[in-house]
Amino acid sequence: MLFSLIERLGDVTLYTISDMGRMGRYLLLSLFGALKRPFRFNETVRQIRLIGANSFVVIFFTAAFTGMVLGLQGYYTLRKFGAEGVLGSAVALSLIRELGPVLTALMVTGRAGSAMCAEIGIMRNSEQIDALECMAIDPFRYLITPKVLATLIAVPLLTLIFNVVGIYGGYVAGVKLLGSNPGAYFVSMQHSVINKDINLGIIKSFVFALLIVWICTGRGYFVHQIRNAGFGAEGVSRVTTQAVVMSSIAILVWDYLLTAMLL
Amino acid sequence: MSDAIIQFEKVVKTFGAQTVLAGVDLAIPAGKTTVIAGGSGQGKSVTLKLILGLLRPDSGAILKEGQDITRMGRKELNRVRTDFGVLFQGAALLDSLTVFDNVALPLVERTKLGREEIRQKVVTTLGQLGLEGSEEKFPAQLSGGMKKRVGLARALQLQPKIMLFDEPTTGLDPEKSMEIYQLFHRTQRQYGYTSIIVSHDIPKIFNLADQVVILNHGRVVTFASPEDIPRSEDPEIKTFVKKTMGDVYLSKEMEHMP
Ligand SMILES: Nc1ncnc2c1ncn2[C@@H]1O[C@H](COP(=O)(O)OP(=O)(O)O)[C@@H](O)[C@H]1O
Ligand SMILES: [Mg+2]
Repeated sequence: MLFSLIERLGDVTLYTISDMGRMGRYLLLSLFGALKRPFRFNETVRQIRLIGANSFVVIFFTAAFTGMVLGLQGYYTLRKFGAEGVLGSAVALSLIRELGPVLTALMVTGRAGSAMCAEIGIMRNSEQIDALECMAIDPFRYLITPKVLATLIAVPLLTLIFNVVGIYGGYVAGVKLLGSNPGAYFVSMQHSVINKDINLGIIKSFVFALLIVWICTGRGYFVHQIRNAGFGAEGVSRVTTQAVVMSSIAILVWDYLLTAMLL
Repeated sequence: MSDAIIQFEKVVKTFGAQTVLAGVDLAIPAGKTTVIAGGSGQGKSVTLKLILGLLRPDSGAILKEGQDITRMGRKELNRVRTDFGVLFQGAALLDSLTVFDNVALPLVERTKLGREEIRQKVVTTLGQLGLEGSEEKFPAQLSGGMKKRVGLARALQLQPKIMLFDEPTTGLDPEKSMEIYQLFHRTQRQYGYTSIIVSHDIPKIFNLADQVVILNHGRVVTFASPEDIPRSEDPEIKTFVKKTMGDVYLSKEMEHMP
């Protein structure tokens, strides 16, 4: 009983270490793919459309309602201190430093990350990736790198859109609906938001983008080697779920770490 | 054997506790057709993946024209792979590309040919394989037999020296299987490649075979000609023959024996 427990523990540890090694090597290869020729420019643009442009509507609505809720809640709270004049500042800082990058990343994980994971997983299971290797076509350069670059470009841009839409959402709720001072909303924002806040938001969105594309495509790429995933369509669906959960948790953990490091 | 284009020397391949190949010696003669037969899960696909360098053996050597591919780096391996053409079990066409783009892929990625030259080549091959008019279709819109033909067209683009076929007729009806076999026969004569066919389609596939390799419990038995199989004294082979070919084949072959 005790021995089997120790054996299991060792087994799980070995598996975890080899899985981590595999994923680390995967990340390096998918980044190095950008240096290999020929570079797949058209495919990268197509991926930016799939990951970025096609997420626009989702991001727009999420941002608008998040901003509006911040406007309502902020107004309610700040009025208790007679400080509703700084509503603009409160909304903008919450969005730029925190909610913009995090919610954008979570929405992209759900919309594009899951799709990427399933796509790569199906390609693995139907031997399409083996076929590429047999034609001496590097699957990283051909398949993974365009997705990595596209995510790294699209997510920060979506984050910026999220921030702008959210700030106007806060304006609609706080100023138009509840009657806070419109001038003060923007002036307080100008006075309190500094470059450091914007940089933090941008750094976060790049890190989150990398986490999303790394975890989601990587899980799909290794669908045949992941334990207890099962085979065929079931394997792909389990691994996709797993990738979305892992990616979301990783985003929240790194959000904390980055905030603590760069406060 | 000096005319072997591919040679396995004491190849061992395991997955965890499972031994798939237990010290296999195997020689594939150049320009001939070798059929690899064996029950499901006996390591036929694994053998093909070892030949292609997609998997590495635990020990032993795999020589392609005298060079050990198990010790090659990525660059060298990629060079060697251009001599191979592969038709995967499910054809493995890229879902996101049309038939035309799938067949053109190796030419676009691996050669410096111009657009027009590539178009010419692809259209010619598609015509030879009876696929004219399907250029703009996507793999999901094709029948099983058509997918295999597109896979074959793609594999032929770079003039491979060695073609590997993984269960090319599984999932096809007998009529379509015959068509595929005739196609193999024709293309092999035309292109002159060495052919390695993994198949369940026993005994029909033996019509194509010059040499037959039977894989069973991690070991192989090689027969220089399919006619030798029913004469084998090996009890395991006897059971295999009985199970897969039935008594009919066995007794029919026996009648021809002296
Ligand atoms: N990548 C892998 N990881 C673990 N086991 C594998 C892998 N590939 C094949 N196997 C196992 O090796 C055995 C032989 O597989 P395969 O060569 O696909 O059989 P078949 O002769 O039907 O083509 C099977 O039992 C399979 O489960
Ligand atoms: Mg197989």
